[in-house]
Amino acid sequence: MNAASPLPKAAGLTGAPVLIDMKDVSKRFANGTVALRGMSLQIRNGEFVSFLGPSGCGKSTALKMISGLLSFSSGSITVNGHPAGESPHGSDIGYVFQEATLMPWATVFENVFLPLKLQGLGKGEAKARVEEALSMVGLANFARSYPRELSGGMKMRASIARAMVTKPKLLLMDEPFAALDEMTRSKLNDEVLGLWRSHGLTVIFVTHSVFESVYLSSRVVVMAARPGRVVHDIALPGADTRTSAYRMTSEYTDNCRLVSNALEGTMDHVDLNH
Amino acid sequence: MSISTIDPAVAESEILDPRILLERRERRLRVIMPIVSILAVLGLWEFLVWYNEVPHYLIPAPSLIAKTLVQDWSSLMQSAAFTVKLTLLSLGLAIIGGVLLGMLFALSRTVEMCLFPFAVILQVTPIIAIAPLILIYVSNTFFALLICAWIVAFFPILSNTAIGLRSADHNLRDMFRLYQATPWQRLRHLLIPSALPYFMAALKIAGGLSLIGAVVAEFVAGTAGQNTGLASRILESSFRNEIPRMFAALFLVSVLGVGIFLVTSWLSHLVLGHWHESEIKRET
Ligand SMILES: Nc1ncnc2c1ncn2[C@@H]1O[C@H](COP(=O)(O)OP(=O)(O)OP(=O)(O)O)[C@@H](O)[C@H]1O
Ligand SMILES: [Mg+2]
Repeated sequence: MNAASPLPKAAGLTGAPVLIDMKDVSKRFANGTVALRGMSLQIRNGEFVSFLGPSGCGKSTALKMISGLLSFSSGSITVNGHPAGESPHGSDIGYVFQEATLMPWATVFENVFLPLKLQGLGKGEAKARVEEALSMVGLANFARSYPRELSGGMKMRASIARAMVTKPKLLLMDEPFAALDEMTRSKLNDEVLGLWRSHGLTVIFVTHSVFESVYLSSRVVVMAARPGRVVHDIALPGADTRTSAYRMTSEYTDNCRLVSNALEGTMDHVDLNH
Repeated sequence: MSISTIDPAVAESEILDPRILLERRERRLRVIMPIVSILAVLGLWEFLVWYNEVPHYLIPAPSLIAKTLVQDWSSLMQSAAFTVKLTLLSLGLAIIGGVLLGMLFALSRTVEMCLFPFAVILQVTPIIAIAPLILIYVSNTFFALLICAWIVAFFPILSNTAIGLRSADHNLRDMFRLYQATPWQRLRHLLIPSALPYFMAALKIAGGLSLIGAVVAEFVAGTAGQNTGLASRILESSFRNEIPRMFAALFLVSVLGVGIFLVTSWLSHLVLGHWHESEIKRET
């Protein structure tokens, strides 16, 4: 395979302004693990970018650094022109963590209400928005349940509703649908796509599924591990007009093959003994 | 439609009924069994004392203890009220002090490093060894007793509050940071709820300890007279060889301890019952 060119070609929307600019970012954890080395990436407003790569290649780490939750060792990250984490509109970011991360002492409603509460909204004002977010993920009937009463997939959906409830401009999702059944997953895929199109969101979506990344994104960033870095940057035009019929087209299968070949290339670098 | 459905009403009553019955039976047993076993032990005690003709100044029969309890009701109640006052006051102060200092510890590692050794020294030194000193330095006996009981009850609250406030899930912390929560919001909506299970566990321990502290301190003080607690009644009875009265006072101390335990357990269930693992009844 010849796809392992060291410098990824630039991909994505060319006209729109740059929203996220990562320049030569490295991350070394306190225990010496180099999670990322020299990662550079520009993401423009309105893109739907998937991060794809083997486990441990630094996808979650990159996401956390973009949101400003994790510091980096060298390089620079700006979001909307501000250094990561220092944006005056911090609440414009929605984040779905890899784990559901719900407050066990609060009901599903209160969990989803939390971001709005932290913004100073009262329960009355926020009620409609919370209920809208809950029904979007199919949890309208579980508003009064506690997280321990939900299945793993339902918890994840509550966490997605919480990320959506503020109508963020930038949505960071870390394997949000990994624990879901095929039907729910496909429904939520369309939900996210719908939101992305109608609200002019920018989405970064971490996934292990080639099919999901091809179906959803306008651009797939393929990463490799040890050290974590970007090895491919694949543009998939036409994402904003796709329908579910896209899954039946040859374009879709071709793209899947392209991305999965690129992903296979990264596996050469993985030493499973370490 | 050719798909057969199961009538939910029938299915439910069939599946749930034996389980509900079993649960009801278990709940009844949980109340009845302790009562029955205590009554059995008392009966055996009564019988053995009567059968072996044990003199009442060695081991009084339960019936005699009950009689003494009724006879000396007013003086014993006065003492019990004193002990209750001492216990609850010291517990209250331990909660206030422990929570405030625990919050300070959670806020600043430096403060914790400076003050924690003193808290540990207070905790590991037996109260019975410090009590005489405190009684010398503090002229008001009630205050001296209060300080002793407070020292004993204070430590578990302090250390559990400090640990609890630090135990919030790190992803949840990240989330609060992402939404730019104010320090107050973080405390109110994240740190305090995360600390509650730790605090309630400490409260259960401190409740019992404050009673122990109150009784032990009074023993050391050895005070006599009107305005004294149950420990003084026990001492007094021992000097006068009034063993039934001693047992009666002892009985009241136990009742107090059980009462405190029941109240703190109930509180814990009230606060944590709907979400925390320790209070949730698992379905099997
Ligand atoms: N707090 C930490 N301390 C030390 N090393 C860490 C820490 N968090 C992550 N790492 C390391 O950084 C690397 C990247 O981790 P990361 O969680 O970003 O991987 P990932 O691509 O999200 O993997 P997965 O697909 O399994 O979620 C891993 O090798 C991991 O061991
Ligand atoms: Mg991850």
